[in-house]
Amino acid sequence: MSDPTLLSARGLNLRFGAVPALVDVDADLWPGEVLAIVGESGSGKTTLLNVLSGRMAPQSGVVWYREPAGGLVDVHAMPAPALRALHRSDWGFVHQNPRDSLRMGVSAGGNVGERLMAQGSRHYGSIRESAIAWLSEVEIDASRVDDLPRTFSGGMLQRLQIARTLVTHPRLVFMDEPTGGLDVSVQARLLDLIRGLVARLGIAAVLVTHDLAVARLLAHRVMVMQQGCVVESGLTDQVLDDPQHPYTQLLVSSVLAA
Amino acid sequence: MNGYNFAYLDEQTKRMIRRALLKAVAIPGHQIPFGSREMPLPYGWGTGGIQVTAAVLGPDDVLKVIDQGADDTTNAVSIRRFFARTAGVATKTHTSVATIIQTRHRIPEQALTEGQILVYQVPMPDPLAKLEPSRAETTRMHGLAEYGLMHVKLYEDITRFGHVSISYDYPVMVNDRYLMSPSPIPAYDNPKLSRNPALQLFGAGREKRIYAIPPHTEVRSLDFDDHPFRTTRAPHACDLCGDDASYLDEVVTDNQGGRMFVCSDTDHCASRQALKEAAE
Ligand SMILES: Nc1ncnc2c1ncn2[C@@H]1O[C@H](COP(=O)(O)OP(=O)(O)OP(=O)(O)O)[C@@H](O)[C@H]1O
Ligand SMILES: [Mg+2]
Repeated sequence: MSDPTLLSARGLNLRFGAVPALVDVDADLWPGEVLAIVGESGSGKTTLLNVLSGRMAPQSGVVWYREPAGGLVDVHAMPAPALRALHRSDWGFVHQNPRDSLRMGVSAGGNVGERLMAQGSRHYGSIRESAIAWLSEVEIDASRVDDLPRTFSGGMLQRLQIARTLVTHPRLVFMDEPTGGLDVSVQARLLDLIRGLVARLGIAAVLVTHDLAVARLLAHRVMVMQQGCVVESGLTDQVLDDPQHPYTQLLVSSVLAA
Repeated sequence: MNGYNFAYLDEQTKRMIRRALLKAVAIPGHQIPFGSREMPLPYGWGTGGIQVTAAVLGPDDVLKVIDQGADDTTNAVSIRRFFARTAGVATKTHTSVATIIQTRHRIPEQALTEGQILVYQVPMPDPLAKLEPSRAETTRMHGLAEYGLMHVKLYEDITRFGHVSISYDYPVMVNDRYLMSPSPIPAYDNPKLSRNPALQLFGAGREKRIYAIPPHTEVRSLDFDDHPFRTTRAPHACDLCGDDASYLDEVVTDNQGGRMFVCSDTDHCASRQALKEAAE
C-alpha cells in the first residue's frame, strides 16, 4: 500500500474536559476503499469522523486530503469557504438520522437536486432527471419524486439521504451509523445497497459503526477504538477473524455470544 | 417645525445611516446592519425607508412618495407631509421632477434618470430568511454566495405549479454576487432594477438593514435555463389612459361586480390622460 492515500491523519488528539475522545490517532484511507471505525459507545468514533471531515478541530494533529489534481491540503488549515465547497462537491456526509440532513418540507426531487443546484446546475429538466435517476439507484420509485420526505419510511429516508449525498459523485463519503435505528431487515437491504453503490462508483468511505457485522460486510479495513485510542487496525477479515488486541477479542467474542 | 432637526433625525443618526449607505453602495446587494431609530410611525409604515430618505434629503431636494404606485394613499400622503414639515422640502407627484422618490410596492413606470434616488421601504430584507431560520447560517450563506437553497425553492415551485409562483418580492442576484430581496414590488418591475441610471437604496426599519443598487448595476432575476424569468401583467389596457404595457390594478367599481383595470402608477396614468386631453 505505497500508493498515495486519499485521506491521512497523524497524531490526532482531542479531550472533552477529562474525557480523552481521541488519543494520538493516525488513520489512512486509500482511494475507493471503505474504512470502518468500530468500537463501543463513547469510544470516540463519531469524534474521529468529525475531525477527519473537518467538522470538528482537533487539539493537535493534522488531517491531509488529496485533491483530485493530486495536491495535498491540510483540512483544518483550509479557509472555511474552501472546506464548505469540498463538503458540497467532493465529499458527502451521511448522518445516522436522515432528518439531520434532509429538508423535510422539500420534495424528494428537490432534496436530491439541492447539491446540483448548489454547484450551479440551472437546468430544471436535467436536475429533475438526475433526481429521478438517483431515486431509482436507491430503489425509490420514480413516482415518489414530488412527494415530501415526511411520507417516507425510515429506510426510505435513509436511502433518500444517500441519493442526495451521492448525486454529485463525491470521491469520499463519511457515514455515521448509516443503518443505526433501522429494523434488521431494512438494515440488510440498505447495507446491500450501500455496498453496491460504493463498489460500482468507486467511492471511498469512512464508516462509523458499533456493529461488527456491518464492518465485515462493507469495509476493506477496520480501525478498532477504545477510549479514544486505536487499539488495532488492519484488513477487515484479519482483524475480525484473528483479533490480536484483547479489547478486539472481547468485541468479537461478544458478537459471537450474542 | 420647531424642536426638530432638519428631516427629523439628529445629525449623528443621519451620519450613522449615511455610513451604512456608503458601505451598501460599495457592496451592491449586501445587507448592512444599522442602528434603526424609533420613528413617529409604526413599523410597517416605512420606517426604514423614512430613515434612509431623512439621511439623504437636502433642502433643495424634491420629494415624491408612492405607495402601491399611488401618490394619494394615506401612507404616501403622511410620509410626504412628514418631510414637508420637518425638512420644508418641496413635494411633487411627477416622477420626472422628483430628485428623491420613496416607494412601497412599485418602481415608477417612467424611466428614471441619473441623479435621481429611489428609496424602497423593505419589510423583509433577506430572501433566505423564509428558507433558513438561523440568521447565523443565512449570513454565512451570503458570505460564501451559497445560494443553492434559493434555487431549491424555485425548483419546488416549478414542480408544484409548473412555474415559479413568486409574483412579488421576486429574488434577484445583484452584480452576480449577492442574493437580494427587491422588496414587495411586483416581479413585473424587476427588469427595471437592472442597469437603472438612478441610485436605488433599500431600508428595512424593523430588521435594521440597509442595502443598495448603485446606478447601472446588473440585476438578474433568479431562474432556470429552461424556465426563464418572465414578467406578467393583466392582459388589458388601462381603462383611464389606454396604456397596454403598464402595470395594472383591478378596481371594483360597484356592487354589481363591475370592474375596471387602471394603471397602478397614478402619476404615469394622469400624465398620459393630460397628454391625450391636450391632443384632443
Ligand atoms: N461535544 C462534546 N462535549 C463533551 N464531551 C463529548 C462531546 N462529544 C463527545 N464527547 C465525549 O467524547 C467521548 C467520545 O464520544 P463519541 O461521540 O465520539 O463516541 P462514539 O464512539 O461515537 O459513541 P456512540 O457509539 O455512542 O455514538 C464520549 O465520552 C463522549 O461523551
Ligand atoms: Mg457516535
